[in-house]
Amino acid sequence: MFTEIDTVTLDEPAAELVARLPWRAKKRIKDKPVSGTKNSCDTKTEWVDHVRRIRDAQDQTAFAELFQHFAPRIKAFLMKSGSDATMAEECAQEVMATLWHKAHLFDPTRAAVATWVFTIARNKRIDVLRKQRRPEPEDLWWGPEAEPEQDNVIVLQQETAQLRTALSALPEAQRELIEKAYFGDLSHREIASQTGLPLGTIKSRIRLALDRLRHAMN
Amino acid sequence: MMSKTIKHHLTDDLLMAYAAGSLPEAFDLMVATHLSLCDDCRARAESFDAVGGHVLEDQNQPVGMNEDSLAATMALIAQGASTPKPARPGCPVLPSPLQDYVGGGVEDIRWKPIGMGVKQAILPTTREATARLLFIPAGAAVPDHGHHGIELTMVLQGAFSDEVDHFARGDVEIADEDLKHTPVADISEDCICLAVTDAPLKFTKLIPRLLQPFLRI
Repeated sequence: MFTEIDTVTLDEPAAELVARLPWRAKKRIKDKPVSGTKNSCDTKTEWVDHVRRIRDAQDQTAFAELFQHFAPRIKAFLMKSGSDATMAEECAQEVMATLWHKAHLFDPTRAAVATWVFTIARNKRIDVLRKQRRPEPEDLWWGPEAEPEQDNVIVLQQETAQLRTALSALPEAQRELIEKAYFGDLSHREIASQTGLPLGTIKSRIRLALDRLRHAMN
Repeated sequence: MMSKTIKHHLTDDLLMAYAAGSLPEAFDLMVATHLSLCDDCRARAESFDAVGGHVLEDQNQPVGMNEDSLAATMALIAQGASTPKPARPGCPVLPSPLQDYVGGGVEDIRWKPIGMGVKQAILPTTREATARLLFIPAGAAVPDHGHHGIELTMVLQGAFSDEVDHFARGDVEIADEDLKHTPVADISEDCICLAVTDAPLKFTKLIPRLLQPFLRI
């Protein structure tokens, strides 16, 4: 979903970038608390704005906050997947650097920031620990000229928060199995018995987002 | 490039294993190729990514980074992004993940004949599973065979039929040990497929079985 593609030039002054892309400055979001769901306003839409600040203004403060939240989680994730502490530290740094370089590819109508960070960390694990290539689907992105509607961003972030609530309501034994699967401890056959997850709503939202993106691309 | 009429899709267990990153490379290639053509499966795969996001975020024991870690990361960033892959010209048959393995478009595939006009090209992946492209001349059949493990076959050009159904571009046939089948290409066009197995095929006719070790299929 977010594979190698040409990256923006990073030494460009932020003001120039904003002047060239005026709609981005205009559309900068405020962190609206989203209604109803626990966990939603503290971490969710807020991180989306952080990624935009990195993309649009190379904002190091936003990056430092993302780093503080995600880097220790990436490191723990890699250690649970079989890496030693030194390699996990190094890889977590590389994952965070990738996040900076690919900020323009993040699509908040299809993924939460945590989802996106997970995909980068997972690919790093496949590369470094399993030493194999990771084929990814053809890139779909909004390109430099378009940007998704803010309403669609908010809805997807809400759905993601609701998925989190639904997952945390699963029986403990099932949650542990899901974690094991994502730490790379279950084979494909073992995973086959674990697929009854409550994904219907978020899947429909992502499907709509892909439709809008396809429409914009044509 | 997206195909609108796909009726045979990937299963949830394959999509979840792809999101979790636990498939052999050849199967990752199959999933990535199908997702390039099928937005329904792409949406399902990305919702399994969302589950991974929660697993990452909700770990109860994050591990502290080294003291100079942020500064070291800023230094990494200052070195610039890794060189992006050169953009390949679009290919009407091979989606971009396959182009990466072929090293170009459909005209760059290095086919090897395996008899009766059928050709194959094995793609370079790790050895836990095998990925190959198959060329079946219009109207021809692939020898009757069963499987030890799981075999996924996706159509890239043309179409084929077997005892199960009719399969066109983007459709994936999932065959396990219980299925013995004889795919026959449609008469209208040569058929090109991506086929992935996690164990060697077993042919039910004598001669193909004898040839199997040499053909690596």
